[in-house]
Amino acid sequence: MSPSVPLQEMIRAIRSARTQCEERGVIQRECAAIRAQFRQADNGGRSHNLAKLLYVHMLGYPAHFGQMECVRMIASPRYSEKRVGYLGAMMLLDEKQDASLLITNSIKNDLSNSNQYIQSLALCTLACMGSAEMCRDLAPEIDRLLRASNSYIKKKAALCAVHIVRKVHDLGELFTKAARSLLTEKNHGVVHGAVVLITELCERNSETLERFRKTVPDLVQIMKGLVISGYSPDHDVAGISDPFLQVRILRLLRILGRNNEGASDAMNDLLAQVATNTDSTKTVGNAVLYETVLTVLDIKSESGLRVLAVNILGRFLLNNDRNIRYIAMTSLQKIVGTDHNAVQRHRGTIVDCLKDQDASVKRRALDLSLALVSASNIRSMMKELLSFLSSCPPELRSQTASGIFNAAERYAPSQRWHIDTILHVLTTAGGDVRDETVPNLIQLITNTSELHCYTVHKLYRALLSDISQQPLVQVACWCIGEYGDLLLRGECQETEPVQVTEDDVLDVLETVLQSHMSFPSTRGFALTATMKLSTRITENVDRIRSIVSIYGSCIDVELQQRAVEYNALFKKYDHMRAAVLERMPVIEKNSQGHINGETIKESQTVKVKPGEPQQPANQVCDLLDLLGGSEQPLQPSPALGSTAPPMPVSTANTVGGDLLDLLGGLEPTPITPVATVTVYEKDGVTVTLSCEKQSDSGLTVTLTASNSTESDIRGFTLQAAVPKSVQLHMKAPSGDSLPARGAAKVTQMVVLNNPNKVNLKMRLRISYTSQGSAVQDTVQIDSFPGLGQ
Amino acid sequence: SILKPIIRFILIQNRAGKTRLAKWYMQFDDDEKQKLIEEVHAVVTVRDAKHTNFVEFRNFKIIYRRYAGLYFCICVDVTDNNLAYLEGIHNFVEVLNEYFHNVCELDLVFNFYKVYTVVDEMFLAGEIRETSQTKVLKQLLMLQSLE
Repeated sequence: MSPSVPLQEMIRAIRSARTQCEERGVIQRECAAIRAQFRQADNGGRSHNLAKLLYVHMLGYPAHFGQMECVRMIASPRYSEKRVGYLGAMMLLDEKQDASLLITNSIKNDLSNSNQYIQSLALCTLACMGSAEMCRDLAPEIDRLLRASNSYIKKKAALCAVHIVRKVHDLGELFTKAARSLLTEKNHGVVHGAVVLITELCERNSETLERFRKTVPDLVQIMKGLVISGYSPDHDVAGISDPFLQVRILRLLRILGRNNEGASDAMNDLLAQVATNTDSTKTVGNAVLYETVLTVLDIKSESGLRVLAVNILGRFLLNNDRNIRYIAMTSLQKIVGTDHNAVQRHRGTIVDCLKDQDASVKRRALDLSLALVSASNIRSMMKELLSFLSSCPPELRSQTASGIFNAAERYAPSQRWHIDTILHVLTTAGGDVRDETVPNLIQLITNTSELHCYTVHKLYRALLSDISQQPLVQVACWCIGEYGDLLLRGECQETEPVQVTEDDVLDVLETVLQSHMSFPSTRGFALTATMKLSTRITENVDRIRSIVSIYGSCIDVELQQRAVEYNALFKKYDHMRAAVLERMPVIEKNSQGHINGETIKESQTVKVKPGEPQQPANQVCDLLDLLGGSEQPLQPSPALGSTAPPMPVSTANTVGGDLLDLLGGLEPTPITPVATVTVYEKDGVTVTLSCEKQSDSGLTVTLTASNSTESDIRGFTLQAAVPKSVQLHMKAPSGDSLPARGAAKVTQMVVLNNPNKVNLKMRLRISYTSQGSAVQDTVQIDSFPGLGQ
Repeated sequence: SILKPIIRFILIQNRAGKTRLAKWYMQFDDDEKQKLIEEVHAVVTVRDAKHTNFVEFRNFKIIYRRYAGLYFCICVDVTDNNLAYLEGIHNFVEVLNEYFHNVCELDLVFNFYKVYTVVDEMFLAGEIRETSQTKVLKQLLMLQSLE
């Protein structure tokens, strides 16, 4: 019997449309016609129109205007119209539509119809889109049908009951008894429905589960019948009797046997029987075996049975069918924790699956392989994993890399192996490793002091060949910066030493700095490394100086800041440079993933610096305490030069100061000659003071220092304190080193504001380092020239 | 946890992505349905013989098999037995083959409502309902005679 002519014609018309646009046009026309037909009174072609609309809907076009028509059709006495109406209800109506409630009554009537096919339509529709209210309304009907009807209806009623229980949990109680009795039926379909219903009831309610445990013997009996009995033509699939029913029963047994010794015992023999007797040459048999394995592994089975199950999985792994290998690995993944040794036996096959062509199989194999790594097989497994890394699909690389790192960390047989492995990963898959790899590796390297030489050699060679893998380049730069001296020494125990010159090493770092492939953070690493080498090499320090000063005008702000600070380290703070750049101490392992390599370095660097910066603040307070009467410290103004060098303001000033030095000699800036008075003279160090009145209360004091001894003075700083009501602001000094024999002077301006016109006093503290020893002195100034005090 | 039907939906699509059957056993909005159809099509058509018949996407699992130009897809839960549902698909296709006498895509197109009837005979409420091919065919012929 072929479909109606109008339907056929419409389908042909739609199919003949050559473009999407044409198709849309055809469909719009058809829908308009259908709408018009719906509005007309009853005509013979109603079912055809609705069918047409449903076809259109299936193609993805909107069809809600057909909902009421469905309702009408369902109420029709004609079977053909009812049928299309119900189909339409299943396709167009769902719980959210109001129209769905309207069909409740029709369904109710149809459930008691004498024609079983009409009953079946109603059951089907209810099971498909029945809302909670509809289910509540009609549940008693369903229960009735479960008990007293033919098997065709019972099958459908059972699954309809499943749907009802899903929607309205409490109604489960209603169906329990009926479900129990259905198990005894002969009809496979009914038994299947009953098993599904019982499964659903047990999964929802633990009391029901308890009750149904008593059915385990019955289920076992049914299974035995299926497995052992002869050929059953109705339900046979490739020689297995109703495999679908077997699978469902096994699943129910799993739920009933879970966590229960008694039930598990009762099904033990059966499971062993199914496991051994089922023909595994076809997929069907394997489906049943698989479900059996799942059940065995989930219940409290005896160990012999478990071994049997794992062996089945092992056999699956060797199967030609990729599907079967895949599900075997999925299951093994779940038990690798509990039955580790059993799974280990199949490690070889699992590792082979890494080479499978299907990406999902590869992924499973990777997960399993990583879970199977142990101290005894780490070397061979790592070989496999590393070769997998070089050829694996890109989406798996980062997972593989982190898996390798974890395994290496836990089971590394030696430090050198560990470092080698990480380096190998960085060269093959450097772009896919996580951010914390770099600081982790750096920490590992620092802690392995006996291998510093080896590591820096390896990394240097790696850099020579490829500077595109950023994490590797970063670690390499860091190492060269730290251990460059070992590289230059030209000897190494663990590996072939390189014969490099300082220029070669600096060349490599400069290449990284200039390469367009380097990330900004990598260039930061390279610049810092270059700077560190200034204390580790002897001849080419000037080259480093020039590199650093070039980058002082780099566009990248981070690089520029670093370069400017390093510049300052060369110029003003040269005395600190060696201390700042010395070898890093062993890094403490901080919490994972919170800090990146840069911050660890920075915080360490700060600690290593001499502790001087901390003192001035305290000392100024002391100074002020000493001044007559004032307990409250004034705004303590430590000499700006003493704060840690990373302060752009000060460096800018010092740079400015240098410029001034270059420009106009070293005379203090105030041009108008003012009276100067010497306030301090001791050990060849002289400090003179001159002041200039700016306003009624404002005053600018200029302090000039010079050194007449034979040796240079470094770290020259001045601190000042004044009485409480006077405001003091010290400007940055012009420098902090006094070369010998008065070759240059240091000037510092101090701006004072004395609104209350108190008696102006100033206490001055002078600190400097001469010939390696620190000197500190204090002097009080009571009179200021030019003020007439 | 809310238990869901084992089968979320059944789809038959051709290679171009046209739906030949869409049976939903769970509540989805119309646009969600459309999106799922498109996603399944995208995921399934790129695979060939060297892939397994199972694809995981989002938090579902699709069991599919290609017959000539049509993809038969069943969406199940991640924990379900893949092989059993693969057999379920094959069972269904064999019934279609019998019912339409060497079925081809056009049969499914022009008789789409009958395909739904076959589905409803074999699957219900997201579960496999009747597995005996002979029984299903018998019922289908009975239903046909009522028209």
